[in-house]
Amino acid sequence: MTQTVLDVENLKIHFHLRGSGLSRLLGKEGGVVKAVDDITIELQRGEVLGLVGESGSGKTTLGRAVLGLVPTTSGSIEYTSSDSGEAVDISKLKGKALRKQRTELQMVFQDPNAALNPSMTIETQVGHPLVVHGRAKGEELKRKVADVLERVGLSPAEQFMSKYPSDLSGGQKQRAVIARAIILEPEVLVADEPVSMLDMSVRAKILQLMLNLKNDLGLTYIYITHDLATAKFFCDRVAIMYLGKIVEIGPTAEIFAHPRHPYTQALLKAIPDVDPTKLVPRDLPRGEIPDAARPPRGCSFHPRCPLAKAECGWEPRDLKSLVEEHWTRVPVDEFEHESMVVGGLVELNTDAGSVKVQPTKGGTVDEIWAMFTRIKEENPNEPLWTGVTRMEKVADGVEFDFAEPAEIFLHPAGESEVACVRY
Amino acid sequence: MKRLLTSLLKPFKATTGMGRWLLIIGLVIVAFFVVLALFAEWIAPYGFSQVDTKVNGRRVRFPKLSAPSAEHLFGVNDQFYDILSRCIYGARTAILVVLLSVLLSLVIGVVLGLVSGYLGGWLDRVLVFVMDAMYAFPSLLLAIVFSFLLSGLLGGSGIVSAAMSLTVIYIPQYYRVVRNQTVSVREATYVEAARAIGASSPTIMSRYLFGNVIQSVPVVGTLNAADAISTLAALGFLGLGIQPGDAAEWGYDLSRALDDAASGIWWTGVFPGLSIVLLVTGLTLIGEGLNETVNPTLRKRKFAKIVMPKLEPVEGSTK
Repeated sequence: MTQTVLDVENLKIHFHLRGSGLSRLLGKEGGVVKAVDDITIELQRGEVLGLVGESGSGKTTLGRAVLGLVPTTSGSIEYTSSDSGEAVDISKLKGKALRKQRTELQMVFQDPNAALNPSMTIETQVGHPLVVHGRAKGEELKRKVADVLERVGLSPAEQFMSKYPSDLSGGQKQRAVIARAIILEPEVLVADEPVSMLDMSVRAKILQLMLNLKNDLGLTYIYITHDLATAKFFCDRVAIMYLGKIVEIGPTAEIFAHPRHPYTQALLKAIPDVDPTKLVPRDLPRGEIPDAARPPRGCSFHPRCPLAKAECGWEPRDLKSLVEEHWTRVPVDEFEHESMVVGGLVELNTDAGSVKVQPTKGGTVDEIWAMFTRIKEENPNEPLWTGVTRMEKVADGVEFDFAEPAEIFLHPAGESEVACVRY
Repeated sequence: MKRLLTSLLKPFKATTGMGRWLLIIGLVIVAFFVVLALFAEWIAPYGFSQVDTKVNGRRVRFPKLSAPSAEHLFGVNDQFYDILSRCIYGARTAILVVLLSVLLSLVIGVVLGLVSGYLGGWLDRVLVFVMDAMYAFPSLLLAIVFSFLLSGLLGGSGIVSAAMSLTVIYIPQYYRVVRNQTVSVREATYVEAARAIGASSPTIMSRYLFGNVIQSVPVVGTLNAADAISTLAALGFLGLGIQPGDAAEWGYDLSRALDDAASGIWWTGVFPGLSIVLLVTGLTLIGEGLNETVNPTLRKRKFAKIVMPKLEPVEGSTK
């Protein structure tokens, strides 16, 4: 029997950027970072859902929002308690009600060295949730803390209770963090890269501990990670995130056996292999994750996608990075000449559908035309050119038109769902 | 109890070299003045406002402006006061005022700093603005204004009003230190973890932030104490502080000695002045010593001397 414990619908979390001091003085609006952009996801009771993505993909923000630690912009996070069966929208809770809700949802943090208060003993901090919610005190508190410490493998508990975090090793600290999270007997545990700061020998043990706890206490996990190898071991379902959006979601086995989104495929290829004869594949995504304050048009992944098509949302900024990439390959004098002709290409710094490149004082339209033709001839298979519907020489420059981007949303494909124009 | 003792002794144990000596010398000087202050009745030969003694059943005034002698070790000043007794009782006044003002400003400053740093928003803006404005004034000027105001409010110019006027000028220092620390610690994961377990803001401030933001407060406290001594003396010197009938005050005595200096009467000025200088030095040394212990950028670690084992020729080797 499956039962929805968390129902996230159309969740958006946008952060306003404040810009530099000068632009703030001049009253300019800062940009908006869409850390979580329109995410809908359901969590079944007792399952382990993995949120996988690069740094900056919004997976941690989503995890924190589930606990009500980040204010949401719009959308809802509905939590259904197993005891009462009542549903509450966490994103609307405030103050005392939200604090009370925290007994049901808990979090394990990435860095065990930072997640424990350095000026509190292990006994006090692990037991503090019970004190905060007035659940236990005195002897009972001490007994409960000892129980939970034994449960997470910090035994004999007496030996650890009077210690400070600085006296423990990384793995022991993470066990203490887990102990603090489960002492309230929550239903959902958000684990934000719980093993990424630990060394290899400890990782498997901590993950095994978390699986045991899940079975013993009937926990539901949201496992946030950038490490696909642990996700494969740990998760029932995996959601791949990229720039605040889910690009692919499905059962773990399906995702690993039949990755459909080009980004998922690339991530899977990037898992290192112990076979020394195998080289790291060359078709890993090029470039870096784009600036979240100005995400690409259309599909966010298209500038890095090896399989991109015309309707993926090509735009002038992609042309700019193409020219810059071209400059890294040509001789210095050619670069100097070309950059003198076109200037800094600031007019390309936009995501508009069409753009005109004008020559600087020292250059002519013909020279610009020649440059772009040369770049195009260099690599005619570059997917960008499929998205350029018109490249035309006019009186005062060269004009480009780009194809309209297709709408990107999650389509069912096989057992999973994919957000890509190819499905 | 044992933990409290070890935590009190910790800065002492952690100091090395220069820092430790500064701390020890400072502590000895301050301890000396504390003893004087505590046992002034037994140590001082006369009362602080006593101007005569009974000789054969008759009241005899102290000889005005008499030089140091067996009866009056530090001499007598122009108001017939015994200077040694004034110096000893002055220690009591100084330490009482400083203790009161430092404690008050510490409590107020730390609490305001924690609340404003953690909650942020308009409260933080307003408080930062007010504190910066106060900080911008010369502290003596501010103290003068407040001692005027407070003597009007509280009536009379006693120890309490002197302490309160000093309190006001030191609050911004604690506030700034604690507020800035709080702002940087507020984003720490363990504070978020505290929110995640459902702790309320007062709980987070008292249990999670307090212990991690007050490390540098003792340093500020001792340095402020030194500053407070000199400001108190300056107030007394200007005649705004404690009046001579209420308690003995070094600054006031110093101001009385102003005319004597020209006529070669040195003892009325030197001894109160020396007391001020000594106590200020003692407190500053403690502050600097503590600073060297607490502040990691100033701290130097001693390296253990490396002793290489003696090389012994290996049997059978050719070289």
